[in-house]
Amino acid sequence: MDLLTVEHVTKRYAQHTALDDVSLAIPRGSVYGLLGPNGAGKTTLIRIINRITAPDSGRVLFGDREIAPEDVRRIGYLPEERGLYKKMKVGEQALFFARLKGLSRRDALVRLKVWFEKFGIQDWWDKKVEELSKGMAQKVQFIVTVLHEPELLIFDEPFSGFDPINANLLKEEILALRDKGATIIFSTHNMSSVEEICDHITLINKSHNILSGRVDDIRRRHGSNIFEVAYRGEEESLRRAIEGRCEILDGAEEESVYRTLRLRVPGESEVRGVIAAVNEAVELRSFREIIPSMNDIFIRAVNGTL
Amino acid sequence: MSNVSLIIRREFNERVRKKSFIITTLLMPVLMIALMVAPALIMEFSRGDEKRIAVIDESGLVAPGLQSDEELVFETTDLSVEEARRELADRFGVLCIGSDILTNPNNVRLYANSTTSLIVESNITRQIARILEAEKLKGYHIENLAEILDEVKTSVSMQTFRNDKSQEEDSQAQSSIVSTALGYILGFILYMFLLIYGSMVMQSVIEEKNSRVLEVMVSSVRPFDLMLGKILGVALIAVVQVAIWGVLICVVGGLAMPHLIPAEMMAGVQSIQAGTPDAAAVADFDPELLQAVAAMTDFGYIVKIFVCLLLFVFGGYLLYSAMFAAVGSAVDNVQDASQLQLPITLPIILALMMMLAVIKDPDSQLAFWFSIVPFTSPVVMMARIPYDIPWWEILLSLVVLYVSFVGMVWLASKIYRVGIFMYGKKPTLKELCKWVRYKY
Repeated sequence: MDLLTVEHVTKRYAQHTALDDVSLAIPRGSVYGLLGPNGAGKTTLIRIINRITAPDSGRVLFGDREIAPEDVRRIGYLPEERGLYKKMKVGEQALFFARLKGLSRRDALVRLKVWFEKFGIQDWWDKKVEELSKGMAQKVQFIVTVLHEPELLIFDEPFSGFDPINANLLKEEILALRDKGATIIFSTHNMSSVEEICDHITLINKSHNILSGRVDDIRRRHGSNIFEVAYRGEEESLRRAIEGRCEILDGAEEESVYRTLRLRVPGESEVRGVIAAVNEAVELRSFREIIPSMNDIFIRAVNGTL
Repeated sequence: MSNVSLIIRREFNERVRKKSFIITTLLMPVLMIALMVAPALIMEFSRGDEKRIAVIDESGLVAPGLQSDEELVFETTDLSVEEARRELADRFGVLCIGSDILTNPNNVRLYANSTTSLIVESNITRQIARILEAEKLKGYHIENLAEILDEVKTSVSMQTFRNDKSQEEDSQAQSSIVSTALGYILGFILYMFLLIYGSMVMQSVIEEKNSRVLEVMVSSVRPFDLMLGKILGVALIAVVQVAIWGVLICVVGGLAMPHLIPAEMMAGVQSIQAGTPDAAAVADFDPELLQAVAAMTDFGYIVKIFVCLLLFVFGGYLLYSAMFAAVGSAVDNVQDASQLQLPITLPIILALMMMLAVIKDPDSQLAFWFSIVPFTSPVVMMARIPYDIPWWEILLSLVVLYVSFVGMVWLASKIYRVGIFMYGKKPTLKELCKWVRYKY
């Protein structure tokens, strides 16, 4: 069941087309990566989902009906350009945003207390935002985004500006929100975080959706039967043993314990034969498929060499 | 609670707690009084320097009649013009009066050693004119001339009434001095409010845009609500401020003044307020002053002006702040705003200039039209209100103002909608107009 469906959305600005016939479906309970180079149209798509702007054509479905103005209360949005009122106190501000999202004052206070404790920032309640560091302000902003427990959360580069410890804390909170049933759209350039937490992605390039699907499927689909062998023994005898069966990509890198070699096996059916041959020739320690990283796929997809 | 009211509350709370708000609210009346007293004080101080003028009177008629005062001291000298100009460099100047002054009154020259002021010049010419007139009168050989002149001297002071058709109760029209002064003050208050609070809205929009908090806001509220909430929030501040000032003035005017003024004078004031100026009571005091005091202590009059002030401040502010908000949304910082602000500030300045013209003739066609046209009406109408102008004019002006406010907010919200997401390039006025037609 899809929580959000984008159907043939097109958005033109005076000089350029930001989105051209983009469609995607976001399954309920997924962490959905929205990837793409700068200026590809990600932010425009997010703004359309948030009803900040309207598409020229196409439509957005929330559940099974067209998205309505009240639905923004079921969405939490953390924009890439973070922003809080600088002169306002942290607690007051969090309360203000919570109430804009429809929480009552009492509910908001209870929930804020929980979150402030979780992040260990109770002391900040009466501080002005301008007194906080960038990372501190980001924490407050994160709380403001998720406080009303929306069904759909949209994070635009949520980890930028965080140190590794806090980035990790944030990642865990995001996954915890997913486990509680929230659906998350996650827009980023950071491919390693995509591999870690996204289960679906869409890659937008030059206003088009050029790649969509489950992360595992995509990586497997774009694997090119490259394997890495770790072994002990003579490189010469190994090379001789597998010559003709497969293509040898790069020479052994001298490592402390094992030597390694990368091979491209022509087809799935050949894999077992190659393993047997390697096993005959040298002392085999590991034999594993190299699945392309999202980073490789991203670069190849954008360059059109996928 | 609706989003608009949440935003209004935020804007209001944010500002009302600021020290600057409290200080301006309390200091403004003091400042206003200082502004009124300042010209008199400046006059007092600037008189300090004694100016000595050497007089060479070839006719011998004028010099004896010149009266020295604290500022100008006339001294006759026997030196020739050239010598005096050369040697009496420590004097303010040398005044030369030709021998044919009686037939050729233009034969007067002042060689000043430093710059002269209009006041000095008019003082001298006035004195010479007076002396010459007296001299000419003397030529008619009238007996007891001095007594006759004293006898002839008359001073008239008139009391003006609004002609009421019923003829039962002639209401005392406000003295024109009071009306003029009040008109000026009210016009200026409006002018300052529109500029100060309008640009406050603009700055607030720019700040929001700059701190990127806008993107978070518009994902929760409609931009139109955000703009309206901001405008109304600042308006509330303005209303509170006017109310505080109004109360201060009412308290001072209505309560303190009667106690400060002598009882006999109060009797005169009351007789004027009642519309039956009692000659005996009025006689001892300057009637203009009495009328001024009567106006300032007339509760109904103050309330009427105060209510009008609130309505026009509110309407005018709403109209202008919508424009200011649109400009604020289009730029990234205050510096960039100045150029786009021009179409907003021009009408305000025009209104101020019109006000100065209108106050001299509050019932003219010019005054009427500029107090109906919405961009100038708040300032110009407010300046006219102290004069008794017909109610329907005030009402018409208010209706036009509030209708055009609605139109302006609609227009501004269109620009605002586009502007808040435009970063970097400073848009031109033409582009702003184009944004109105953008579809969102």
